Amino acid sequence: MGNVPVFKETLLGNLPQEEYMLSGHNACPGCGAVLAVRYMMKVLQDKAVIVIPASCWSIISGVNPLRSLETVVLHCPFPAAAAVGSGIRKGLQAVGDLQTQVVVLAGDGGTFDIGLQGLSGAAERNEDIIFVCYDNEAYMNTGMQKSSATPYGSASTTTPAPRVKQNPKKDIMKIMAAHQIPYAATATIAFPGDLIAKVRRAMEIRGFRFLHILAPCPQGWGSPVEKTVELSRLAVLTHVFPLFEIQDGKQYRLTYHPEDPLPLEEYFRPQRRFASLEPEQVELVRENVAYSWEELCRKAGIL
Amino acid sequence: MNGNQAAALAVKLSRVQVVCAYPITPQTSLVENIAEMWATGTFPGEYISVESEYSALSYLVGAAYAGARTFTATSCQGLAYMHELLHWAGGARLPIVMVNVNRTLGAPWSLEPDQRDSLSQRDTGWIQLYCCDVQEIMDTVLLSFRLVEEAKIPCMVVYDGFSLSHTYEVVELPLQEQADLFLSPPPQEALFHPSRPQTIQPVTDYRYMARVIQAGHRAMLQVPAALEEINRSFAGIFGRDYPLAEKTGPENAETIFVAAGAVAQTVKSFLPLLDGGVEKNGLLRLRLFKPLPEEEIVSFLSRESIKSLVVIDRNLSMGTGGIFAQEIRALLQGTSFQGEIFELNLAGGIDLTLELLRKSMEKIGASPAGDEKIIWGVDL
Repeated sequence: MGNVPVFKETLLGNLPQEEYMLSGHNACPGCGAVLAVRYMMKVLQDKAVIVIPASCWSIISGVNPLRSLETVVLHCPFPAAAAVGSGIRKGLQAVGDLQTQVVVLAGDGGTFDIGLQGLSGAAERNEDIIFVCYDNEAYMNTGMQKSSATPYGSASTTTPAPRVKQNPKKDIMKIMAAHQIPYAATATIAFPGDLIAKVRRAMEIRGFRFLHILAPCPQGWGSPVEKTVELSRLAVLTHVFPLFEIQDGKQYRLTYHPEDPLPLEEYFRPQRRFASLEPEQVELVRENVAYSWEELCRKAGIL
Repeated sequence: MNGNQAAALAVKLSRVQVVCAYPITPQTSLVENIAEMWATGTFPGEYISVESEYSALSYLVGAAYAGARTFTATSCQGLAYMHELLHWAGGARLPIVMVNVNRTLGAPWSLEPDQRDSLSQRDTGWIQLYCCDVQEIMDTVLLSFRLVEEAKIPCMVVYDGFSLSHTYEVVELPLQEQADLFLSPPPQEALFHPSRPQTIQPVTDYRYMARVIQAGHRAMLQVPAALEEINRSFAGIFGRDYPLAEKTGPENAETIFVAAGAVAQTVKSFLPLLDGGVEKNGLLRLRLFKPLPEEEIVSFLSRESIKSLVVIDRNLSMGTGGIFAQEIRALLQGTSFQGEIFELNLAGGIDLTLELLRKSMEKIGASPAGDEKIIWGVDL
């Protein structure tokens, strides 16, 4: 494997100081989605409006008359976000605003599941929006029902132990790459510099841009609230959630390259949702993760 | 031209900024017409062909949030698929104009002009206007843009599949100058900017929600008066005067037919051929269905001479009866109306022939109180 340097902006000290997310929001303690949006807003500032379908962020953004984001937030039905966002962008253009960016902020349910058709349609039309999926790997706003982003072996209230989820997580990045959109990237909150750089990158490009941000959820994952950032880091260091970007569905680039993966058990152990995983099931996951990692490295020209 | 061409031309004349649609029979030629005008540059607005009706209306919700003048068209299954967004647009009071071309909802598959598609959207907070000929389609689409922008309520313009969407009639074409005189220029300013933080349609409590719903109801009640004013203005510019509800027949009519859409036009043409002819028979054509112009209808129907109402429904609420009949019954409750109400039901899109209408009149003569309130077109 080649030696890919750590993104220089990964250090916390380089983050913009300005805050466009207010304290006093409605999120649970240790919420990863809050950090994801806080970092994202440092780049978007007052250049973007945010479109939110049903998700944790419907609540975190503030129940009427409160608000936690220093911008315009527009709410919409669950499956509608990609189309509503595209319509806002086109409507703004029609009335003469060519500058304001439209950012959809959807959970994994609104992206992988019920929002997938609209997302695919908007991506195929290369609508000029940024679609951000903050992925906490289940329907967390309503208390941890499984989504198609829930990983193999995870318990949820709709896949309770011992009949935990038996199918792998849907590979949304492959789906987005298949649409040949100008830009798609993964990010997570333990690497804020990387996350911010990718939001910046997305802001510089026009057309359909997709960001997949892993956002641990202590409530749903059954993990200590102080371990949110650590789990985010472990997801990357175990190769479970690689950090990369794709241009035009073709050019892959790893933005962080942990040489030898840490043992999966380190990632699984602090999470109650994986409590029923047997060693042979962990082995299955390990094979799957290794396969995906190699495939990704090949596409990125590293192997 | 046919109904779909007329609607497409009205969209162009109205200087719509964003059209977003998904094709469905029998609406397809409408969006094809707009696409054609867009591709050749004669329609300067944005036209987006999306992957579903659900996304089509979602797209317009977004565009209308931003402040643009918007239009879509659909039919049948497509309208049903939009249902969630119909409520959203109605609740958010967005000035969207939509054409729905009536077609029978499955199962099983059918293409006939049953009205259950639009009528099952009755409670979504949209104005509904039913057209009976091609000229009226053209004019109604045009005036709807003024109506939605004044009332801040979305509007559905409804007409029958094939019998209006695909039937060619002679149409007086409005001039662009007339349309520009009638409609205000399309909006040129966004309704929000990120430098002015605000939240649009957030989660709210039941008290605030109740106020939103109440305000929507009260706004809806203002629609008949607003439309009357718009009709007057329209007549002044275009020379065609549309009523809230079309009322024909003599002062001392004994039988009044009630219908909406193309079938009402058919009944009108049959009136002279029925027993009693135009001396005894009259017609109430529902044009503004949602909300019904209550005073106008009640004063017309509660005359002493009227012995029977025949409500013709090309729709049905299974287990209850025709949907127009229910509405008319509710309106006449507690009025001086003394006659009897009969339902002629053409659900499934049954075509109304003179023979069928005559047979149904015999049924009324034979058993005034009938075991079954509904005279089924399919049985005649």
